[in-house]
Amino acid sequence: MEQPILSINNLTKKFGYLTAVKDLSFTINKGNVYGILGPNGSGKSTTLGIVLNVVNKTSGDFHWFDGDISTHDALKQVGAIIERPNFYPYMTAEQNLKLVCRIKGVDESKISEKLEIVGLLDRKDHKFRTYSLGMKQRLAIASALLNDPEILILDEPTNGLDPQGIHQIRQIIKEIAKNGTTILLASHLLDEVEKVCSHVVVLRKGEKLYSGRVDEMISSHGFFELKSDKHDELIQLLENHENFGKVKVEDDLITAFLNEPMSASDFNTFMFKKGITLSHLVKRKESLEEQFLQLTDNQ
Amino acid sequence: MLRLIKLELQKLWLNKVSRILIFVSFILPFTVLVLSSIKINFFGFFTLELGELGIFNFPIIWHITTFFASYFKFFFAIVVVSMIGNEYSNKTLKQNLIDGLSKKEFILSKFYTIVFFSLCATVLIGLATFLIGLYYSSYTETAIILREVEFLLAYFVKLVGFFSLCLFFGMLLKRSAFALGFLFVLYIVEWLAFWGAYEALGNADDAFKVKNFLPLESMYKLIDQPIQRIVMTKFPEKTEIAYDYAVHWYEIAVVLGWTALFIFLSYRLLKKRDL
Repeated sequence: MEQPILSINNLTKKFGYLTAVKDLSFTINKGNVYGILGPNGSGKSTTLGIVLNVVNKTSGDFHWFDGDISTHDALKQVGAIIERPNFYPYMTAEQNLKLVCRIKGVDESKISEKLEIVGLLDRKDHKFRTYSLGMKQRLAIASALLNDPEILILDEPTNGLDPQGIHQIRQIIKEIAKNGTTILLASHLLDEVEKVCSHVVVLRKGEKLYSGRVDEMISSHGFFELKSDKHDELIQLLENHENFGKVKVEDDLITAFLNEPMSASDFNTFMFKKGITLSHLVKRKESLEEQFLQLTDNQ
Repeated sequence: MLRLIKLELQKLWLNKVSRILIFVSFILPFTVLVLSSIKINFFGFFTLELGELGIFNFPIIWHITTFFASYFKFFFAIVVVSMIGNEYSNKTLKQNLIDGLSKKEFILSKFYTIVFFSLCATVLIGLATFLIGLYYSSYTETAIILREVEFLLAYFVKLVGFFSLCLFFGMLLKRSAFALGFLFVLYIVEWLAFWGAYEALGNADDAFKVKNFLPLESMYKLIDQPIQRIVMTKFPEKTEIAYDYAVHWYEIAVVLGWTALFIFLSYRLLKKRDL
């Protein structure tokens, strides 16, 4: 039995004439890593804002966990970072985290433990305003982890960071995901989502296009990339084979899309029997980016 | 409740500017009070001893100290508007809510802090007044000392009301400087309302009655200016300058009404707002 952490039903948010989120429904279950995908302005941040109690919904509803506690109490079991790290610039890292402990009702002993995770323990007595953006973002993660949250919500956590910063944040996220914490990651960077998420919700203009497992996003069995000396023979063979649909040729590279599941070794054996030797054989699935573009273009 | 006050005190206390302002708003009226109570010798030319004027006699001393001390409320008013303005400009209000503070708790933590500071200020002024009075006053019977102690209550209500107004302006405008500017605008608006009422009703007394219900004037009216009263004690035969300086329950009720309204409106504003 899957344990729901967040259920959203027919959620709608209008800003004047603009509908930022339209009739959105999905459920977040415990233990998975979710990505919310969508181009800029697709309603990702608005949706997160609503469930995090900072944006008012227009209609629909949502509830945290079993739905029997108020949103602000539920948020004490949630860790969230929205867009940019917001702290009191005149307080040190430790003082800022102490304040968060007071709000969440967490013991202050957690502070050094969490600062250690994000590598800021030696800077804990420095004022927040002296931090670089990367450090601020890491402090935000430490703050979100203070209560050992049931779910960690990250909205564009690597936005504006340099490559080292991005790498550090990803490393931390992976580390956290490994420990079994549910994660909800909003991003428009697809490779980011692809690297860490098992499930996705795809949004466009506030509407849900897809929600489910990443690998089931498009019913596809993948494709082969092939090269051979017997170029024309190979193309003919593929076009007559029932397992293959579209066959694309670019120079000497042949891309054959599968209609039925077929393993690379089966295919190789089959080729061998037909007397065709391949100089290049790769079986691939569409990358998330390709799937995403396909999905958002189709509608 | 204690948690909410602690939360706000941490935010204020660690901020250098607000810490200084808080100090000033406590220390300055205290210092002025103490300085005015001692005998000042101007290089042998003459000595000034305000105590001799009889203004440190019970019960009038309650009236005088609370009236003049209330001018120092502006220092803490800056703290109040900036404690809202900063939350907006640092976006920490948003972060507080995400961390699990409810919007109601957010407003309450500010309000409790206001009440807490007003209470501290009242107790401090009360204590100082009591001691100075004991030292200077010609009458030290308990009944006389305790007469007009309601000025302390009026002082407390006045502070809470004024800071609640600042809190509301802070929430409304999100910027500290605009909020302070708006206080001045409100002051002008109240005089405009007075002028309007004067035009409509045709006499100043009735127009003042209307103005007495407006926020700033109702707070000011809680403790009437004591100068006239001092003059009255000097010239008891001049009956035409007699006026009603007492603290009335309905004056307190009006200010408390405004306070409740400002806090409620602040909450409504925050509730409706998308951050």
